Amino acid sequence: MSGLLDLFLMFFRIGLFTFGGGYAMLPLIREEVTRRGLMTMEELISFVAVSESTPGPFAVNIATYVGLHRAGLAGSAFATLGVVLPSFIVILVVARFYEKFKTSRAVQGIMSGLRPAVVGLLASAALGIAGNVFFPDGFRFSPALPAALGIFGLTLYLTFKKHHPIKLICLCAVLGIAVMYGLEALGVSV
Amino acid sequence: MNKKLDLFVTFFKIGAFTFGGGYAMVPLIKSEAADKKGWIREEDMLDILAIAESTPGPIAINSATFVGYKTAGVWGSLCATLGVVLPSFAIIALLGTLLDRFSGLKPVRYAFFGIRAGVLALIVKALLSMYKKCPKQKLSGAVKQTGAARVWALLPYLLMALAFILTALAGVSSLAALLLCAGVGLVTYFLHREEPKA
Repeated sequence: MSGLLDLFLMFFRIGLFTFGGGYAMLPLIREEVTRRGLMTMEELISFVAVSESTPGPFAVNIATYVGLHRAGLAGSAFATLGVVLPSFIVILVVARFYEKFKTSRAVQGIMSGLRPAVVGLLASAALGIAGNVFFPDGFRFSPALPAALGIFGLTLYLTFKKHHPIKLICLCAVLGIAVMYGLEALGVSV
Repeated sequence: MNKKLDLFVTFFKIGAFTFGGGYAMVPLIKSEAADKKGWIREEDMLDILAIAESTPGPIAINSATFVGYKTAGVWGSLCATLGVVLPSFAIIALLGTLLDRFSGLKPVRYAFFGIRAGVLALIVKALLSMYKKCPKQKLSGAVKQTGAARVWALLPYLLMALAFILTALAGVSSLAALLLCAGVGLVTYFLHREEPKA
């Protein structure tokens, strides 16, 4: 039971303190999930791709997944409830005091601090993720590094060409398989 | 159809057909809730977005709760929120087990090697668009200002740097960095407002 309550509270915290949704949630989720050893960095990054390719908000997807791992279906229900509840309650309150909320100077002040903070946090998370993607076994050269850099560069270019993320993820999967089997065929240990 | 059931079904559809979440859901919510059902007006959508951005939690949940409440009160918001969550919950609950079963296979590991590099690109793209959307003056213009005006103009940049440095280099938790920046934002907002306008 305490396991379920822990899951609920952890995701409640994530739901309560992430503004903007989507990737804005990544820094907090990364901290909670990897520092507690609920998921490795690799698993988390891979799961971002799974979440992009399945319907629904990232927060709900990852809450369901982490919950499932820790405590089966009941765990995913508790985790999902936790991540949804803060925004549900807050919106119910705000919907009532809608006009006041819109013009509240305190809200505007807080948001003027939070908006830039979220950008800084995501930059920090991106840096950590880059370290993991390019240097999974510590800071040294591996034959897979140029491949990872190449796939990253190509995907970044294609996202700016407005290609759909799911299409890009499929492309990356194919490239990953091709490159790694190619390296293997060349006798390079990967 | 019963309004609450209608809310549930409509948001279930929205939850089932938007991949990636977040802003991807906005056009569908607009077409379903405003254009087709007339639950909200089109211009309400902008307000909903603004509120979703300044309240915690996923945008999809925020919008569903808000539209549901406006349409049919607390029960309406419950039905809409449940509807938008259920598809992704069900799919991940099913997929999660499969994922674990196959994640050890070599081709799957190789595929995810490529996918992780691609995900990093998606995150960098998201970072750049969040940076662009963050309200601020142009950096080149901000540094040209003098005195207090310069501090106010540079503040968003300083807060970005602060949050980055605290979490990336100083090992401060994201939560603490968020609270600190919110506090700085609140205080400076009021200080700034009380300055006599020149």
